[in-house]
Amino acid sequence: MTVLDVRNLSVDFQTEGGRLEALKQVSFTVPANRSVGVVGESGCGKSTLINAVLGLLADNGEITSGEIVFEGGKDLARLDADSMRALRGQRIATVFQDPMGALNPVLSVGRQMRDIQYRSGLSKRDKDARSVAMLRKVRIPDPESRLAQFPHEFSGGMKQRIAIAMALMMEPALLIADEPTTALDATLEVATIELLKDLQRDIGCSVLFISHHLGVIAELCDEMIVMYAGEVVESGTTREIFHDARHPYTQRLLACDPARLSHRVPRLPTIAGTLPDLRHRPPGCVFQPRCDRADTQCLTVPPRASLGGSHSARCWHAEVPLAEVTA
Amino acid sequence: MSAGSLLEVNDLRVSFRVGGLSARLAGRATEIEAVSGVSFSLDRGSTFALVGESGSGKTTLARALNGLQPAVAGSIRFDGQELRGLSNAGMKPVRQRMPMMFQDPVGSLSPRLSVRSLLTEPFAIHGLSNRDLDTEVRRLLALVGLPRDFAERYPHQLSGGQARRVGVARAIALDPVLVIADEPTAGLDVSVQGEVLNLLNDLRDRMGLSMLIITHNLHVVRQIADRMAVMYLGRFVEQGETEAIFTKPRHPYTAALLSANPEPDPDKVHQRISLPADVPSLLARPKGCEFHTRCPQAQPRCSTEAPLPVVVGDSRLTCHFPLNT
Repeated sequence: MTVLDVRNLSVDFQTEGGRLEALKQVSFTVPANRSVGVVGESGCGKSTLINAVLGLLADNGEITSGEIVFEGGKDLARLDADSMRALRGQRIATVFQDPMGALNPVLSVGRQMRDIQYRSGLSKRDKDARSVAMLRKVRIPDPESRLAQFPHEFSGGMKQRIAIAMALMMEPALLIADEPTTALDATLEVATIELLKDLQRDIGCSVLFISHHLGVIAELCDEMIVMYAGEVVESGTTREIFHDARHPYTQRLLACDPARLSHRVPRLPTIAGTLPDLRHRPPGCVFQPRCDRADTQCLTVPPRASLGGSHSARCWHAEVPLAEVTA
Repeated sequence: MSAGSLLEVNDLRVSFRVGGLSARLAGRATEIEAVSGVSFSLDRGSTFALVGESGSGKTTLARALNGLQPAVAGSIRFDGQELRGLSNAGMKPVRQRMPMMFQDPVGSLSPRLSVRSLLTEPFAIHGLSNRDLDTEVRRLLALVGLPRDFAERYPHQLSGGQARRVGVARAIALDPVLVIADEPTAGLDVSVQGEVLNLLNDLRDRMGLSMLIITHNLHVVRQIADRMAVMYLGRFVEQGETEAIFTKPRHPYTAALLSANPEPDPDKVHQRISLPADVPSLLARPKGCEFHTRCPQAQPRCSTEAPLPVVVGDSRLTCHFPLNT
């Protein structure tokens, strides 16, 4: 079963300088009980993508084409505000980067966890019991007494775990996690990833995980998509992409990660050039202005997604693996 | 003070008052020591990195060095001058030589000022507006690798990486000797992060800068810092040469941090040291060694007796039972 099926999604923003194509024909699926990672540089459309799925695009944003099919039925791109509101927090939950910003500083954690269950119809006592059970699941010690405490009385890692507990409280089908471990140190980051994996198994939800930390994606996600300038340039299983990236942008991005270097180097690898102006997309391949493999075909004709199975890359040269390019 | 050292910090303490009258009447702690007895020295032309999780006191320490947060005890000797106790006016010339780059590349730039104004502001603040500011702006933009016409842009027209470059240009505008950079690459993508780190390394070599870098990205530390310190609950638990610490961590917390570092390989088999996730509160510091509540190596002695700093190899650390000895 597919929890989320995004097909040919395009989103435009009306800006002072003209129309800006923030997402262009984005297609991917999030299967049930799977984690899908989204990577890409700032400005590549990761946040626009989440906002489109959640129905929270800014007023100047517009879905110009495509569908966002949720749980095989509803098209979120065309859902009215009331039905969307009924899904958010219930069937689709979110965890954001800043755990302090996700919690209300003047309400106790118990009160906030109770409020989130307002649609459940349970009694106050049952709601609190569920809150305690959920806090125990995210490994908050002594949860009964901590319900009365306020967010500032918890550490950063604990606040993020509380935010996760709240997001998963209603057992959503899809958890959207936007850089949830960025503010944590490495030990807590790993603990949070392990926790997310366990909870996902327990609750049976899918996770759409946005991060620019490649190591975290490698550990948590089964599948991933790589975005560049509002397009999905490569998608496949995490293993396919980390071990056999076929799009030149993915290859460069992976090469830039200092985590791959086991010693100090005089110059860190970077990707030359800058993102194109999305108001004036280059003709042909969107990465072509920064790509050293670009030929005449790349300059004029947008590449089609190719490669067999789950792995696809929007590149005319994707059939040639990296090893043969650098050799 | 050794000949090569530019900054010498000794037993520095910064505390904050918390809670009100009710806490005091109830006999609860009313003070937290966010930086607790930190000592280190930074050599001229070298880069020192502070690592540790959010809330471990990294930023507070940096703010104390810069005089933005008063220290309650200890000493900060910068280029032979004692900084602790200096008035704001006394700190002003110091800040000219020891500027600070703040977190959040775009947020640390005023949205209403053009890049030109942002770059000339340091000159105005320090009474140096009589210089040829157009030349200075061009010089600074060239140093950080931005085109000349960026002078007319506003922060919202910049990408994160470009905004960070403007932040770097502001920091180096007045030919400083030490730049304090708080999370200079947080929120930047790996390729842009590489560009910013290359730029900082270049500037250090070309201008003979020293740098104090705060980060929680260990991969960044390895690429930029000569020496590093690991902070936990406001204290340095280990400090030493970066490469030595990476190859032979001596403190169990350092070892756990390094082993936890996620790597971009889905098939990697991790030999992780897993720690209980509960970080103690600064209001209720554990007795004995403050790390013993999470330490996989803890012995009975650790919960009663606080370890004194010891030197093992090149590392200075506080642990009764150092690793890799």
